[in-house]
Amino acid sequence: MEKKKLTKYIVSMILAIIAIVIANIVLDNYKVRILNLCFIYIILGLSLNLIYGFTGLFSLGHAGFMAIGAYTVAILTMSQETKQMTYYMKPMVPFLESLNTPFLVAVIAGGLMAALFGFLIGAPVLKLTDDYLAIATLGFSEIIRIIIINMQSITNGALGLKGIPQKTNGTIMKFLNDNFDIGIKPSINLLWAGVASVVTIAFIYLLINSSYGKAFKAIREDEIAARSMGINLFKHKVLSFTIGSFFAGIGGGLLAVSLGTIDPTLFKFSLTWNIILIVVLGGMGNIKGTIVSACLVTIAMEALRFLDEPLKLGFMVTEAMPGLRMVVFSIILMAAVIFKRDDGSLKSALEKVRGRYAKN
Amino acid sequence: MLKINNITMRFGGVVAVNAFTAEVKKDEIVGLIGPNGAGKTTVFNMVTGVYKPTEGNIVFSPSEENSHSLSTLSPDEIAKIGICRTFQNIRLFKHLSVMDNVFIGNHLRLKSGLLSSVFRLPNYTKEEKEMYDKSKYLLEKLDLYEEKDEKAFSLPYGKQRRLEIARALATEPKLLLLDEPAAGMNPQETQELMEFIRKIKEEFNLTIFLIEHHMEVVMGVCDRIYVLDHGAHIADGSPNEIQNNPKVIEAYLGVD
Repeated sequence: MEKKKLTKYIVSMILAIIAIVIANIVLDNYKVRILNLCFIYIILGLSLNLIYGFTGLFSLGHAGFMAIGAYTVAILTMSQETKQMTYYMKPMVPFLESLNTPFLVAVIAGGLMAALFGFLIGAPVLKLTDDYLAIATLGFSEIIRIIIINMQSITNGALGLKGIPQKTNGTIMKFLNDNFDIGIKPSINLLWAGVASVVTIAFIYLLINSSYGKAFKAIREDEIAARSMGINLFKHKVLSFTIGSFFAGIGGGLLAVSLGTIDPTLFKFSLTWNIILIVVLGGMGNIKGTIVSACLVTIAMEALRFLDEPLKLGFMVTEAMPGLRMVVFSIILMAAVIFKRDDGSLKSALEKVRGRYAKN
Repeated sequence: MLKINNITMRFGGVVAVNAFTAEVKKDEIVGLIGPNGAGKTTVFNMVTGVYKPTEGNIVFSPSEENSHSLSTLSPDEIAKIGICRTFQNIRLFKHLSVMDNVFIGNHLRLKSGLLSSVFRLPNYTKEEKEMYDKSKYLLEKLDLYEEKDEKAFSLPYGKQRRLEIARALATEPKLLLLDEPAAGMNPQETQELMEFIRKIKEEFNLTIFLIEHHMEVVMGVCDRIYVLDHGAHIADGSPNEIQNNPKVIEAYLGVD
């Protein structure tokens, strides 16, 4: 890569981080939370896009790897007292109970743990292709969830974990309030998820444009041709799957921290579905599209919350229909698939809609 | 260079190839012909490791001192030791650019690990530059450089065929297998293809083994020809001998 291009990327990364810091100070707590979720979904969307969009491995096991990351981070960051309080049905394994690491170490450990499981599951499962791979990964993701429910002395089983320490920007805010008298309340520290998503974007971008990334795309395009060009299919698939799992673990860990409480039901198939929605809407193998659609989906999830409540339609009031939001998302997904073009991006889908109706 | 010893391939009860023996010597262009369903592509699939022969073995010796038994190697390992192929129905990486298609052909020689590639460490950037230069050279040689940024599927048919050969050449093969390179070409394109095959053979110091239906091509470029019918070897020899061999005429045209 040329020097000029490299400086451009580094400058835009720094600008992005400055923007995150400013947003953290200016926006209120609710908006900061949504923005935080946006960053997390960007990481998750990109990690699945690497596996599905770039390498063509139809994996439905994302929630499982997120669960591994989330539980690892939770167990490593919770204090001993909180653990003693949370594990009231069955005490925790003493070694893990006293284990406590800094946040950064915990998140990276979460990613590595998920990557390890990604490797262990990927090695046998990636011999399969297409639908068979999808079913096998879906199965493994459920197995992970069931194991989490049953390992009560480690994961606290179905009761879940509460009181995961959240990262707030309390100290910075206190400093600002003391010195400048602007009177804003502390909120979640956006920097962790923000920097993690910037790093993920950069990593995936660099990976995809390297020789390995091109080999991944070759596998997606035509396995038989890729193999006869000397690309070791199995090695490259496992690589892609493991890296994808790593970022899924990081995303899951950050999600656990941002929610503060996790339990096995959170990591059901519907969570994987949300991420597939992001990938399909943003476009398979499209980094920019994934970033935009991750933000859109996260914001729309919040903005459409009114649909779940009783609706006032002028002359009548409907009953509350929990889940109506998801109906809207299903319709959006259907539309995206119908209007999808070869590159499958949101932009071309919109162009196609325009083209279809402008002609007549 | 390539010795095929008595290979047999059975799919269940069907014998696709029956005790076929052939040899390709260095610097030769050898043809493999036969009516539809004779088992020609199956032979190629066995040489490239897609199928393992039910019986018999294939030995590839790129040089005097080293030789490999192909029946124990996987297709990607076979590509690495210097055998590369094209496909009967073009199998390009359709949605990737022409440049990327050829670039990927270089990937098998990449020594840098994944992390040094992602972080663009000097050892990777050096290799990447070599790979780009090599791809550029190949595209220029094969008259495809103007289209380097176009998607592979948008190329006209003849150029797609040429791109497939360019991609195969990027792996630096010693033996190139061409599976019906002239399929779907008009007489003029066929003529150009023959020139082209001779040209790349000289330029890249290749040995070529090809399957073809166009008799014009086979007779025009091949030094020796093997004929298969119903999986069995029925004749071999120079183009002239083959043209007048009654068994070959019978296989192609039938007898009363």
